[in-house]
Amino acid sequence: MTESAPPLIEVANLGKDYPTGAGVFRALDDVSLRIAVGEFVAIMGASGSGKSTFMNLLGCLDRTTRGSYHLDGQDVGRLSSDQLAALRNREIGFVFQGFNLLPKLTSLDNVALPLMYAGMGREARRRQAQAMLDRVGLGERSHHTPLQLSGGQQQRVAIARALATRPRIIFADEPTGNLDSETSRQVMDLFNQFNRKEGITLVLVTHEADMAAYARRRIRFHDGRVIEDVVTEGVPA
Amino acid sequence: MILVSLLETAWHALVTHRMRSFLTMLGMVIGVAAVILMLAIGQGAQAMVRGAIESMGSNLFIIMSGATTSGGARVATGDAPSLTFDDADAIRDLPDIRASAPVSPGGAQLIYGGVNWNTSVYGTTPDYAVVRNWSMASGSFFSEADVRRGARVVVIGGVVARELFGDENPVGKVIRIKQAPFEVIGVLADKGQSLDGRDQDDTVLVPISSAQQKIFSSSLRNRARFIMVQAVSEKRMDAAETAINDLLRTRHRIGVGQDDDFTVRNLTALAETAASTTRIMSLLLGAIAAISLVVGGIGIMNIMLVSVTERTREIGIRMAIGARRRDVLWQFLIEALTLSLIGCGIGLLFGMAGAWLVGWLAGLPVAVTPVSVLMAVGVSFLIGVFFGFYPARNAAGLDPIDALRAQ
Ligand SMILES: Nc1ncnc2c1ncn2[C@@H]1O[C@H](COP(=O)(O)OP(=O)(O)OP(=O)(O)O)[C@@H](O)[C@H]1O
Ligand SMILES: [Mg+2]
Repeated sequence: MTESAPPLIEVANLGKDYPTGAGVFRALDDVSLRIAVGEFVAIMGASGSGKSTFMNLLGCLDRTTRGSYHLDGQDVGRLSSDQLAALRNREIGFVFQGFNLLPKLTSLDNVALPLMYAGMGREARRRQAQAMLDRVGLGERSHHTPLQLSGGQQQRVAIARALATRPRIIFADEPTGNLDSETSRQVMDLFNQFNRKEGITLVLVTHEADMAAYARRRIRFHDGRVIEDVVTEGVPA
Repeated sequence: MILVSLLETAWHALVTHRMRSFLTMLGMVIGVAAVILMLAIGQGAQAMVRGAIESMGSNLFIIMSGATTSGGARVATGDAPSLTFDDADAIRDLPDIRASAPVSPGGAQLIYGGVNWNTSVYGTTPDYAVVRNWSMASGSFFSEADVRRGARVVVIGGVVARELFGDENPVGKVIRIKQAPFEVIGVLADKGQSLDGRDQDDTVLVPISSAQQKIFSSSLRNRARFIMVQAVSEKRMDAAETAINDLLRTRHRIGVGQDDDFTVRNLTALAETAASTTRIMSLLLGAIAAISLVVGGIGIMNIMLVSVTERTREIGIRMAIGARRRDVLWQFLIEALTLSLIGCGIGLLFGMAGAWLVGWLAGLPVAVTPVSVLMAVGVSFLIGVFFGFYPARNAAGLDPIDALRAQ
């Protein structure tokens, strides 16, 4: 990572307030940081420290209250909802703790869904979705629905979906939070592979030190502020 | 997004909730079936009335013996009809009149061989065929000479021909009408039902002179119960009516201020009234059916609103992976449209089957016209859009993060 590499993500003085019964609650306050292309960042912090809030802002799912967010040089705050949708579709992949697959669709259709919104034809997107499922080792399960899959398998389908449109960044909010340690490791290995081999930028929230150890940079939140931002070793692919 | 994908998504959602989709569609099915059926019945009734009006003859007056009170009831002026054959001839000579036929109506038993048949007997003149626009199926109508001579000839309607003669050719045969022998010289072409529901083909026509002498044995020679008059054109109807009134008042020596001893009725106008009543009836039927269609639409809206609420999380997921607001809008709109149009399709089938059944049972010339089918499809489409739009807009207006948090 060289200093001259333009940051993929640049947030400055970012703040997010939530309206509550007793006035506004500052979930994020004055967060400034940059993430370069190809980084693997773990975000840690106690429950309620603002990690998910931060991820939702980075993932263009929510709008900031204060400060600025530039993604790949674009000022996200100025984009229309259609432009944000396009950004989420092409540049960003999101992996959730609860998988968030559509329960009535097969793995293949779930993975093909972002490609449909990208305007790809039916045959092409099924091919690409199948290829993506092969990559996460679930090529054989393409016609299973989420309920017919284990948690780890479901999360791998979700990862395949996040990667289907070949985005540059993956945001994962506690992706292993619902998985046992063995399956967690499989999922993390998968992430690590995509990061090392394909240069996909990864930002991942986790509570577990084992999982955070995969990352090469660790950012710690406390009460809506960044209290630690360190480079670590990471795990080779 | 590509339409095919939208349709696929909509279809998938509907199939996932089969029972609910079916029940939602039911409203549309019933609505469309009702509209198609009611329009068909309305069309059938109108066609029937139109047919009856056409068979009646055009630009017609009927002049009845006897006065009319202001309330419209005919007042009996004894047994003696006030109208005479000469009145009919005088009316024919008026400038706006094409034909004028005195009529002496009655009923009698006809006998041919071993068969007998009761029917209505009209004594009249050859002008009657002109006025009623009645053509011959075979043979010929009687002539003025037959009337003058009091010839014992008869022209019979199709029903009478079939009842008395079966497959035999009636022309030239002799039948007995109230014991008096009459030679059949012609068979009338079939007309079907009249406006008041009588079978116009169940009748026989004889020269009015012969009818009075041999059948009705009336002492009132040269008098007619009514006169049927045809004006030259629809435009001259009013002028003709005035002329007839003036002529008859003069001929009957009715002074100023005295009541008429005859009544002129514009039959064509009466028929038009009947036609427009039928038209209004069928419009009403259609309107009532249309209400059920709207109720069907509200059913769709209701279910779509429930569906949007239930699927908030799904909407959030779709938005998170790149669905734009308009993609979500289209998704739910297409779903509503699919419901309404499939419902419409099934409704069309039921409506057509029902129309066919009603036509068959009631003998009504029901007609499911392409126009009413197109209208049903068009209205269903509009209902789908109208009632689907609000729920779809609710879905599209969701905030991605709020939608994702929904359970
Ligand atoms: N929609 C909301 N409305 C009001 N307050 C909220 C909302 N979402 C989050 N918060 C509050 O903001 C704070 C940060 O929440 P956030 O979900 O970002 O925490 P987190 O770090 O992800 O916690 P966890 O590790 O438990 O997931 C919490 O105190 C939470 O109560
Ligand atoms: Mg969280």
